[in-house]
Amino acid sequence: MSSERERREILIATIADLLDGIRHVAVGASSPIPAAGAMLLRARNELCGKPQVRISILGSQAHNFFTNGGIELFDCAAQGRVDAFFLGGGQIDGAGNINLVGTGDYPTNSVRWPGSFGSAYLYHLIPRVILFREEHTPRVFVPKVDFVSARAITPGVARRGGPYALLTNMALFDFDREAGGFALRSVHPPFTPADIRENTGFTYEEPEVVRETARPDTATLALLRGRIFDELAETYPAFARTMKQAA
Amino acid sequence: MTEIVALEALVARVTSGQSLAVPVDGAGVAMAATAALLESGVRDLKLICVPISGLQADLLIGAGAVASLETSAVSLGEAGAAPRFTAGVKSGAFALRDSTCPAIYAGLLAAQKGVPFMPIAGIIGSDLLEVRPDWQVIDSPVGEARKVVVVPAISPDVALFHAPEADRAGNVRIGRHRELAGLAYAAKRTLVTVERIVDRNLLETEDSAAGVLPSLYVDTIAVATRGAWPLALWDEYPADEAEIARYAAMARSEDGFRAYLSGFLTHRKQVA
Repeated sequence: MSSERERREILIATIADLLDGIRHVAVGASSPIPAAGAMLLRARNELCGKPQVRISILGSQAHNFFTNGGIELFDCAAQGRVDAFFLGGGQIDGAGNINLVGTGDYPTNSVRWPGSFGSAYLYHLIPRVILFREEHTPRVFVPKVDFVSARAITPGVARRGGPYALLTNMALFDFDREAGGFALRSVHPPFTPADIRENTGFTYEEPEVVRETARPDTATLALLRGRIFDELAETYPAFARTMKQAA
Repeated sequence: MTEIVALEALVARVTSGQSLAVPVDGAGVAMAATAALLESGVRDLKLICVPISGLQADLLIGAGAVASLETSAVSLGEAGAAPRFTAGVKSGAFALRDSTCPAIYAGLLAAQKGVPFMPIAGIIGSDLLEVRPDWQVIDSPVGEARKVVVVPAISPDVALFHAPEADRAGNVRIGRHRELAGLAYAAKRTLVTVERIVDRNLLETEDSAAGVLPSLYVDTIAVATRGAWPLALWDEYPADEAEIARYAAMARSEDGFRAYLSGFLTHRKQVA
């Protein structure tokens, strides 16, 4: 299973890079890889003397400084105090809209997912929303979502929030808010740009030369396999255990 | 005055057809009371998850006790999808009111303040507005000219949660889980189970009072040791991951769910 571990480590390190420069990142429910990426950024900034990063992991006691209950994350985002967040989706379309509800006709959907969580609100308010979905297939990345839990762009309604990037098991895309679509930034080894075309159901910009996503360096890996997975174990015990065992 | 009663008497305060508001997993979910509630045969609950739920909602749904469900999500977290919720949505077993977390808090806040609705940022562009005709987009009547979503007040008939301790006067320690206070402010009646009743007055010092929900907002308390099991209770015990995984596996089928439920109810009686 070490290739599975390496795949996840690339994702975690890429997330830490995508978060570079932020002051406060929040991580929602059921998100061990984003949580690990946020913790990696915090640890890295601390070690190289860069500005301190605050992280708020939902469901954590040790890595969460909120004292005003469940509403505080949402109030904090409305006040402009959350710089980055992660959203996923059972479906994500080429316009950056996400569906966390289900496929087919609402409400008795043919496939039903847990629900919209805070997405409909947070997508408007948090400037650097990273779309994170491991499965990279045409059934996830569709031309148009069946249900819009949260819309990426709302002409006529001013907002500071929206998609910044899309990270999957195979590739990293940037989101262009002017153009309203994705552009391929890099492809994770061993995949090729052709693999991405084959597995993406929506259209996107592709540069002439597509870079390979950087693998984490030795220092990053040491940090991850030590301190980060230890910190993560409080909120995501099963995930942290699997990663530690694989290491 | 807050009454302190046995668990069975506490759940008898919930009657069929009422709206019941419950907190998110890990914030203090009254699982022992949920078992007692199912034992009492209550039906047609209008369940309101603040702002999401997991095992508790899935058990209530699977047992056929839920007529309508307002929630931002139902999920078992690391253990995966909530199987009875998923099956129930597909079969139309209950009326579904899909929401988004801050809209549920906003609705409770409106009830807390005694106003009919609350404005809330974001949401515009979401299909939630299509499936929630009770939500409206309005031009802000005052201040900055912009569109804003308004959601109606949520005032549950009953709020139910679990906390570590209460004192003899009925003051309940909720720590930093202020959402439990928000629940109680908005609800017509608040039922709380606790690990223990303490002799000291929780309002006595500034330190302890800051994390306390005063008895004014608490109608009924019952002791339920390990009352959140198999979910976590902050500062007291972690979630029983293996048990939740066992549930997730068994509840995939209707028969498996029935077997789990029967064991869950028996376990509760043995502990009590």
